[in-house]
Amino acid sequence: MALHKLTLCELQKKFTAGEVTASEIVRAYALRIGQVEPKVRAYVTQSKEGAMAQAEALDRKLKGWRKTQPMTGMPLAIKDNICTEGVPTTCCSRILQQFVPPYDAAVIEALRGQEYILLGKTNLDEFAMGSSTENSAFGPSRNPWNLHCVPGGSSGGSAAAVAADECAAALGSDTGGSIRQPAAFCGVVGLKPTYGRVSRYGLVAFASSLDQIGPITKDVADAAFLLGAIAGHDPRDSTSADVPVPDYAKALKKKDLKKLTIGVPVEFFAEGLDPEVDQAVRAAIEEMKELGAQVKEIRLPRTDAAVAVYYVLATAEASSNLARYDGVKFGLRAKETKDLLEMYTKTRQEGFGPEVKRRIMLGTYALSSGYYDAYYGKAQAVRTLICQDFDAAFKEVDLIVTPVTPTPAFKLGEKSDDPLQMYLSDIFTISVNLAGVPAIALPCGFSKTGLPIGLQLIGRAFEEDVILRAAHAYEQATTWRTMKPAVR
Amino acid sequence: MTYDVVIGVEVHAQLRTKSKMFCGCGTTFGLSANSQTCPVCLGLPGSLPVINRAAVEMAVRAGLALNCTIGAHNRFARKNYFYPDLPKGYQISQYESPICEHGWIEVAVGNGTKRIRIRRAHLEEDAGKNVHETGTSGSRVDLNRAGTPLLEIVTEPDMSSAEEVVAYLKGLRDVLMYLDVCDGNMDEGSFRCEPNLSLRPAGQQAFGTKVELKNINSFKFVKDAVEYEIKRQTKVLNEGGKITQETRLWNIERGETAVMRSKEEAHDYRYFPDPDLVPLQLEQAWIDGFRAGLPELPAVRKKRLEREYRLSEYVSNVLASDKNVLDYFESAASEAGRVGLTKIEVGKELANCITVDFQGQLNKLTYAPNLTQATTPGTGPVPGPFWVDPANLMELVARKIKGEISGPIYKVVLEKMVGTGKTASEIIEAEGLKQVSDEGAIEKIIDEVLAKSPAQVAQFKEGKQQVVGFLVGQVMKASGGKANPGKVNELLKKKLGA
Repeated sequence: MALHKLTLCELQKKFTAGEVTASEIVRAYALRIGQVEPKVRAYVTQSKEGAMAQAEALDRKLKGWRKTQPMTGMPLAIKDNICTEGVPTTCCSRILQQFVPPYDAAVIEALRGQEYILLGKTNLDEFAMGSSTENSAFGPSRNPWNLHCVPGGSSGGSAAAVAADECAAALGSDTGGSIRQPAAFCGVVGLKPTYGRVSRYGLVAFASSLDQIGPITKDVADAAFLLGAIAGHDPRDSTSADVPVPDYAKALKKKDLKKLTIGVPVEFFAEGLDPEVDQAVRAAIEEMKELGAQVKEIRLPRTDAAVAVYYVLATAEASSNLARYDGVKFGLRAKETKDLLEMYTKTRQEGFGPEVKRRIMLGTYALSSGYYDAYYGKAQAVRTLICQDFDAAFKEVDLIVTPVTPTPAFKLGEKSDDPLQMYLSDIFTISVNLAGVPAIALPCGFSKTGLPIGLQLIGRAFEEDVILRAAHAYEQATTWRTMKPAVR
Repeated sequence: MTYDVVIGVEVHAQLRTKSKMFCGCGTTFGLSANSQTCPVCLGLPGSLPVINRAAVEMAVRAGLALNCTIGAHNRFARKNYFYPDLPKGYQISQYESPICEHGWIEVAVGNGTKRIRIRRAHLEEDAGKNVHETGTSGSRVDLNRAGTPLLEIVTEPDMSSAEEVVAYLKGLRDVLMYLDVCDGNMDEGSFRCEPNLSLRPAGQQAFGTKVELKNINSFKFVKDAVEYEIKRQTKVLNEGGKITQETRLWNIERGETAVMRSKEEAHDYRYFPDPDLVPLQLEQAWIDGFRAGLPELPAVRKKRLEREYRLSEYVSNVLASDKNVLDYFESAASEAGRVGLTKIEVGKELANCITVDFQGQLNKLTYAPNLTQATTPGTGPVPGPFWVDPANLMELVARKIKGEISGPIYKVVLEKMVGTGKTASEIIEAEGLKQVSDEGAIEKIIDEVLAKSPAQVAQFKEGKQQVVGFLVGQVMKASGGKANPGKVNELLKKKLGA
């Protein structure tokens, strides 16, 4: 079997056993990337020579004494908003096109410590603002299942790379659905951990109170494996939680859903939900019943406010987080400006794309004197109510099951002129970020046109093990994971 | 028309932490540009702040010393504005929940004291510095200072003259220096003050329009700038003009204030809670621990000095204006018992010795150290060229008090102590400077002097009492300053038959 088709766990087993060398792995992926990347365009920076050199050095080192750590030799793709020392980290923005970080993000430090192999940096909507990668300054990625469709976003490059077997697994970031929505669109697994589970140190901030790094993988076991490698407390991130990290692989041993109560929120199965998605998700719920789960209808009454709350809070934080791109210290600086003010305005005019500018303006407005209480203040208050909705629901159920997106992947250009329609494609994922709880997206079917449909399982804070267990049981009872895109 | 002057003051005090407010970089002043920086204080993409515990502790201690309520629930906020020396495009500060509120400080004004209320004191990070070099195009940015912890201390508008503003600033600076939370260096910008000032017709309740003053880096400039601004505003109002709400810079060369920016140009800072920092909860027991550990503060200590040593207010003020000097004084005075004297007996002489005579000796040295340096243990080699052990100084002063050495000899010994680092007894012993009180020896000298001064003796007989002084001086001179002046006086008068 071709190496690129293996899951991360399968590949890791082979590598640890010495059945395959790191160089062989990297060569296999180089070949695969060479074949499909021109169609998929998942990467913005490929680390061909770097990866090969790393692999060869690793092989030489392991020749004498084969001692490996979990991620040793594993070829991963990293979303291009996660800082990698010496490798450009652009956020797919012109303003950071030339930026090479002098330091590694905490998650990269952890992976590097285990001698993983960086295959490259993947495409995203500029500064993770978008749901299709169409906002990338370097052009959109394509959905491997249908190259006319978007891969979703913002972690569209990572999801497409995983779906097209251009890496063993990838890291993405999720602020309002940016891991789960592209995972669903591309038919792979995406996990947004609990806020605070994974250090944000070195993740270029979009909305600090919502951002979280997580794995995008070929199956649930891989997600558990990769999460284990990046989770944990980091004193450099004050919002990172000092909560022990359980053995996620162990959580997968239970093959059924006995003693689990699953909630189905009525608000998520309302008007606007594509019938094929509705059907696939309901079928998945039936399957989970078969596996022994108790299923219960629940309410999350503030769901309809989530998108509005999100677009006030996320843009407010973004307007401040993106102030540092001023042309003074790093990144783009506009040429031939007559004074300081013009340097600022021209740099930001030339450096940011339209969606980023739109959000900076929205956020600036929401924080402005005289509007703060009506927008930012009110949104914070409603966020608290949304959290309370989840708290109440989790008193009754262990898990909440919903669709990931209202529709399967849409066509390139279909929504790019209508920001509001684009914002609504995150309607089922956003409230999870506002509540800070973990959620996983995994495939649960296909549309008649052959596009993947995603299932979302939401858990209590720091109970990633519970959603992984449920997702794994469902995945193993079905055959969706065996479906692979033809990439043509 | 007469006006009431209303002044409030904002102070930015740099806290003496080893590392910056939100990262591990050092805070040393004057290092090469951008050498004390890291991804966090450079504001690199993806970097995150972490609150410096030492800065919080210092703020709490300062707040307690200023009689403030310490906020249990602290939230840091972002103050958003663009400036090249502000790497993140926002400053992390505190807005709705300052760490200290509702305090006061009592300061010496005229013959009495005045209570100045502290509205709030909050923690924030400093900005960097823009460097404009002449002869080059463009400016450079040095971010060494960016992220240094500051405590911004804001008063109520409780002051009404330049004198009161200076008294407040001195009092506040003393407190912060006593607590060792700020080095008080106004030159290097670690204690920066910005008075805001308005006038209103005498007796009127409503405040006038206020003007904020910046660029003031010494107490003298504070006084000059405030006095200038009072005059300027008085003139504007008297001529029927209106005061504009603005920020004015003190121009040292021209001795006047000039507009920096007006209210119309004021920023909308768009404060909001910093999502990168979780709320900081301070436990009451933790705060109380600092309260118990507070040192004796300047005002209290001054009162105690006046009581324990019977010092005048003037002398205690002189001593207490510098913690080092005062510590030195008390360290020396603690030896009083060992030389058989009480604190009351030694207080005045000792204070005088330190602030007048010791200071005078230091001034004579070519490298003229100031009193603070001279009273700081560990300054220079110890025992260094000017360091005098406080116990030795006490011994010297005690000998003078007990009459074992005369005034002139005391000064000679002190000079030798400063120059050599030797003890008083060593010098007195070696140079044979001990006071002569033996009546036989003194009478012998008196006889010699009287024999040489028939004219003066005759004058005395004619009733000119003043010549006694001259004769005493001659006797002292003949004894090499060692004769006990009291005894000389007594015996001389006896001889003259007075």
